Amino acid sequence: MTSDTRTDTDRSRTDGELAEQAVVPMPLVRAELPRWAPWGILVASLVVVGGILAATGNFGIGLTLVLGALLYAVVTYVVSRSVEGGRKATDRVVTIVVNVAFLIALIPLISVIVTVLQNGIARFDGAFFTNSMRGVVGEGGGGYHAIMGTLIITALAAAMSIPVGILTAVYLVEYGKGRLARAITFFVDVMTGIPSIVAGLFAFAFFALFAGPGIRFGFGGAVALSILMIPVVVRSTEEMLKIVPNELREAAYALGTPKWRTILKVVIPTSIAGIASGVTLAVARVIGETAPLLIIAGLTTGVNLNPFSGRMTTLPVFAYNSYAAPGVPREPFIDRAWTSALVLIIIVLILNLLARLVATLFAPKTR
Amino acid sequence: MSKAVHAKDLNIYYGSFLAVEGVNIEIKPKTVTALIGPSGCGKSTFLRSINRMHEVIPGARVEGSLTLDGKELYGAGVDPVGVRRQIGMVFQRPNPFPTMSIYENVIAGQKLNNKRAGKKATDELVERSLRGANLWSEVKDRLDKPGSGLSGGQQQRLCIARAIAVQPDVLLMDEPCSALDPISTLAIEDLINELKTDYTIVIVTHNMQQAARVSDFTGFFTIEGTGKPGHLVEMDETKTIFSQPKQKATEDYVSGRFG
Repeated sequence: MTSDTRTDTDRSRTDGELAEQAVVPMPLVRAELPRWAPWGILVASLVVVGGILAATGNFGIGLTLVLGALLYAVVTYVVSRSVEGGRKATDRVVTIVVNVAFLIALIPLISVIVTVLQNGIARFDGAFFTNSMRGVVGEGGGGYHAIMGTLIITALAAAMSIPVGILTAVYLVEYGKGRLARAITFFVDVMTGIPSIVAGLFAFAFFALFAGPGIRFGFGGAVALSILMIPVVVRSTEEMLKIVPNELREAAYALGTPKWRTILKVVIPTSIAGIASGVTLAVARVIGETAPLLIIAGLTTGVNLNPFSGRMTTLPVFAYNSYAAPGVPREPFIDRAWTSALVLIIIVLILNLLARLVATLFAPKTR
Repeated sequence: MSKAVHAKDLNIYYGSFLAVEGVNIEIKPKTVTALIGPSGCGKSTFLRSINRMHEVIPGARVEGSLTLDGKELYGAGVDPVGVRRQIGMVFQRPNPFPTMSIYENVIAGQKLNNKRAGKKATDELVERSLRGANLWSEVKDRLDKPGSGLSGGQQQRLCIARAIAVQPDVLLMDEPCSALDPISTLAIEDLINELKTDYTIVIVTHNMQQAARVSDFTGFFTIEGTGKPGHLVEMDETKTIFSQPKQKATEDYVSGRFG
């Protein structure tokens, strides 16, 4: 028995430490820090750092947290190593690093939501959703025209991009091979990196060819947005179609199903949940665009529900303009800008929830 | 409805690579034919060429003649989709459609091809196919549940039910039991015995006991070395192959002295 273990470990011996362990079999029970130890060390580190900083007169929450986290990691490592050994100590330190990284990533997110809520809630009232800015110079008014503009332009952009994007992805995954497919993939990649202002300028230049310079209308904005949206839809749909197991396609072929029906009835339904969330991400990506819409959709204070004629304001443009060119007094304009941002966030949130709903409704079930 | 398959000087290629060379084989109706041989020798490739699933892989093609009851399967104007409706296939790993219920999986062949039948006729077809696959008693109370919730063995029998629901002339099975436990394997072997009264069955297997148990005829494929094409060494009644094969290579393989 013992000789067995020895030969077994001897084979994997690489350095002196392992050789030592080979003679003494690894114990099953080891010393372990008590459950409260990590929390105790954390609190102690923060108190010590805070105390030292306060004593030297440099106290600040941010500095305390940063230095406290550093001290926490170092102390945890030293204590854990002396009690539990090297492997456990590394495990604890990496756990700390991962958690800190997560918290750092959360900071801007929470900060944005809190700030927008604090500042935007003031004008988050009925009037904001029913009034436009026509004839409003100070208090009152609302973003109804901008909300409708955002919904119309984004819906038009989605209506153009989703079919084109999904069909392109189907071509690339199911049919495309050789040069054409490679060229499409390349240009989709290039399009992903187009600055949004370029899309706006393209739409403007394109429609100026027909309608003359100075053309501004909602549909042009939708075209600019769909240029930004198509590559995102293609990319995400492509990835989703690729992970549909080939076995399912073969199963359908073996039942005598033509390729196009296999795609329509097996491949796309199997991946619809992923496609839906990809599409939502694409919509969320363009719904907050400001620059291209400033150029091609323009700005208006009144409600315009016809995307094919006349200027159309969207929420980001409205927020930008209220902030950049406020009237006198400034406060009502700034308040409305914050509320537009809040409404925009809520729209994106609703879209995400809808995508989740679609995903759970259509996702392959196991039970 | 059971038909014969006849291959004559069949060469199968992947692009310019000759994968299987010069297969001459006659598969009689209402028999079970087992194809055995080492990995990579082209059994599965040959099996997939019978219902033209082979050409799903880009660049794959065949030369020579392959007929179903005398009709050329690779002739000009033959629609591979039509071939596959007559020659069904069960794969190595159970692959029920994850978006469909057990009921829908059984009628997937009809559903995917938009063949509509009355509710009563469809119910009967589902029950007949599931009974045919020995699965009816296990799933009859949960037909509306997803097929992927079944056990591996049940999923494989569901796939067999799905394949026989389109009433093919020939049923191809590519190592149908290799992912299953012995009890599920036994269930499927019993099923193969029952199915051969109605279908021509060709089964690829790595398990020689299985070949001996279920098949009437056995074909032995082998390969000389990497990069060389696989070929059919001999084909005979299963009894003969396992007791007194004509070729030395076959004897070495079936007696476990291969190498």
